[in-house]
Amino acid sequence: MRIALIVGFLLLVALLAVGLTRDPREVPSPLVGKPAPAFELPRLGEGARFSPAEMRGKVWLLNVWASWCVSCREEHPVLIDFSRTKRAPLVGLNYKDQRGDALKWLARYGDPYQLSVVDGDGRIGIDYGVYGVPETYVIDRAGIIRYKQIGPVTPEVMDKKILPLIGNLER
Amino acid sequence: MKRLVLAVAALLICSGVAAREAPPLAADQQVEARLMAIAEELRCLVCQNESLAASRADLAMDLKREVRELIRGGKSDAEIRDFLVQRYGDFVLYRPPLKESTLLLWVGPFMLLVAGFAGVAIFVRRRRGAQSAALSAEDEARADTLLQKRTDA
Repeated sequence: MRIALIVGFLLLVALLAVGLTRDPREVPSPLVGKPAPAFELPRLGEGARFSPAEMRGKVWLLNVWASWCVSCREEHPVLIDFSRTKRAPLVGLNYKDQRGDALKWLARYGDPYQLSVVDGDGRIGIDYGVYGVPETYVIDRAGIIRYKQIGPVTPEVMDKKILPLIGNLER
Repeated sequence: MKRLVLAVAALLICSGVAAREAPPLAADQQVEARLMAIAEELRCLVCQNESLAASRADLAMDLKREVRELIRGGKSDAEIRDFLVQRYGDFVLYRPPLKESTLLLWVGPFMLLVAGFAGVAIFVRRRRGAQSAALSAEDEARADTLLQKRTDA
């Protein structure tokens, strides 16, 4: 009897303990495994409008960022390192930002992006299910979203998840 | 006294200014009513314990703008909910549909309740059994004499 009670109690503790280790802010995206939503947006810098269709046949990364976003600064060195390796194209989606602020931010912290597009009113962000900047998508050759990182890309996420995934998708 | 007069005068001046009805927040109140009805059932993703209707977060305002446009575009409530579920998953619904991935969410609390009742039932039954077994014939006789004494006294 006493043992049954203790076992029951421990089970409940285990259940709650597992619950505590999980991050409620991390909402599994229904977009993983689905085609990346199409868009056509002006670039932040010079050049023609950009559409994800241009990346067909390449594994690439789409990173949602903004100059007002504090945790973007946290992941920025990781993205800079990634861009130096030229492992895969990295496209920035400048989300609900001011053009001048965004350009200043890139000039100050470095520009890891092959190009950045401007989503001024956040409409494309909604199509991609963005709810907490920064977010990063890994998109395969066929234009299917394979992974979504919510929140900053840490060196660990880059090494253990994103880089191996790029390797797998390019095979 | 001087101060009081001044305060009253100030109040009188202000009252003329304040006496105007607040303008309606949105031009189309029908759209707004439907928006609120839908948004009441949706979760704000930034402040997760708030409904989309109640939230003033940036993303919530954007999503409400989007829903407003869908309403104007003649979409049904179900279509609008689908639009958001496709992007943000079942998590945006305060009443997620019953399916494999949400089964534990729906059934879990009832399972805990049943387990609790079972526990209490077992506990009570055991205690009752233990009590009746504790009295031997000898004890019973002693209890009887003790009770007898009390009624005699």
